Amino acid sequence: MTLSSSFKRSLFVFHFNAGSCNGCDIEIVAAITPRYDPERFGVRLVGSPKHADVLLVTGPVTGKMAPRLRRVYDQMADPKVVMCIGTCGQSGGVFYDSYNLEGPIDQIIPVDVYVPGCAPRPEAIIHGVVTAITKLERLEGGEV
Amino acid sequence: MLTVILQTVAAAVAFSVIGIVVGLFLLGIDRRISARMQARIGPILIQPFYDIRKLFSKDNIVPENAIPSIFHAAPIVALASSIIVLLYLPIGSMMPILGGYGDLILVMYLLAVPSLAMVAGGFASGSPYATVGSQREMVSMIAYELPLASAVIAIAWLLYSSGISDPFTLQAIVENPVWTLVGPIGFIGLVVLMLTLAWVTPAELSKIPFDSPEAETELAGGLLVEYSGKNLGLFTVAQGVKTLVMGGLAVAIFFPWNISPLLGLSSYAALAVDAVFFFLKVVLLMIISVTAIRTGLARFRITHVVTIFWVYLGLAGLLGLSLIILDSVVMGVL
Repeated sequence: MTLSSSFKRSLFVFHFNAGSCNGCDIEIVAAITPRYDPERFGVRLVGSPKHADVLLVTGPVTGKMAPRLRRVYDQMADPKVVMCIGTCGQSGGVFYDSYNLEGPIDQIIPVDVYVPGCAPRPEAIIHGVVTAITKLERLEGGEV
Repeated sequence: MLTVILQTVAAAVAFSVIGIVVGLFLLGIDRRISARMQARIGPILIQPFYDIRKLFSKDNIVPENAIPSIFHAAPIVALASSIIVLLYLPIGSMMPILGGYGDLILVMYLLAVPSLAMVAGGFASGSPYATVGSQREMVSMIAYELPLASAVIAIAWLLYSSGISDPFTLQAIVENPVWTLVGPIGFIGLVVLMLTLAWVTPAELSKIPFDSPEAETELAGGLLVEYSGKNLGLFTVAQGVKTLVMGGLAVAIFFPWNISPLLGLSSYAALAVDAVFFFLKVVLLMIISVTAIRTGLARFRITHVVTIFWVYLGLAGLLGLSLIILDSVVMGVL
């Protein structure tokens, strides 16, 4: 299977909010504005997890969102990559000792790329996507 | 007899391949122009090819409560019927391969088939989003058929009243450019019909502002929500071919002129030059009636779609038809 060359030029991204404060979500929206224009590299935001190659997860994963996150992850077609956007998804962030926290994200689903920041800049998110492409290539080469 | 059949089959296969390639290029051009209109750089022209290649290499998920046979058949039927319409269209000075076996009425029915296949696929996905999307697609199909039919009837009536035999065949329409058959009143009527058809095109292709069946923002992809991998890729290819078909139909009806007589070419050179000229016309029409509209407007609500097509564009279509009839009556009196 030769995946890398087509993944390099065509990456469909699905955005999932697992209880985020909307800060990271706004930065994701900022990353797809004409100023950064990731569509020139074939990166596109899609509306359904079935269409997606990359899952962008924001937020610390609340109790209600954990089963939904698992379901959305299962619905994505292989090969797929999960990106954790923002500090909340990595450690819980400011919500780390909240009573209804199931996360961080890597307790629920396997995460491939972490983009730290509260909230991360659009440049950081785009860099994360590029890292995700490299990860897909390594997955293909059987290195991981 | 056998050689004729073989030639037809070979030509049909060749046309299918060319149709798919050109259709995907049209999608790429559309995305590029749209990006430029939004002050972006936009994807490269062959972006749809990368998308298709990637989609074909991905997993193909069938939802648990879907009906697998219909779910898998829908994209294939959509693609096949789009390609068949292409075989009925005259490309440049080349006459349609299947031209002897059907006419404009058949083309109109065939144009409904890809949408029907998508509706069936949406209902078979077993997802509420896809079901809502399918219902919306049916509503918009019913809506845009009226202006489309009035435009087609007006053209056929015009040819019939000018004493041309077989007014419903595309061949007759191409050989007698409609603009040469009318007086000043009929000219206005034809312009009205052309604008009506230009508004039907984005609805037929489910593009913004008539993309309520797919409605990425509220239906998460609507009809296509459960499709992934190969099936989604096939739907994208079908969309490309359908874009080419809609552009080709508009070119055949309203802009059938060829460039080879001007250049004094003949035989194969003429065919090739005319085909290239035909594709240029299709690209230009698509930029005007799909890309510019979809970039400049937001989506209409499904109730608005019905009002627009049945009331405003329906009336525009009937106005065009009446102007053409009036024109021929006035011309007859004079």
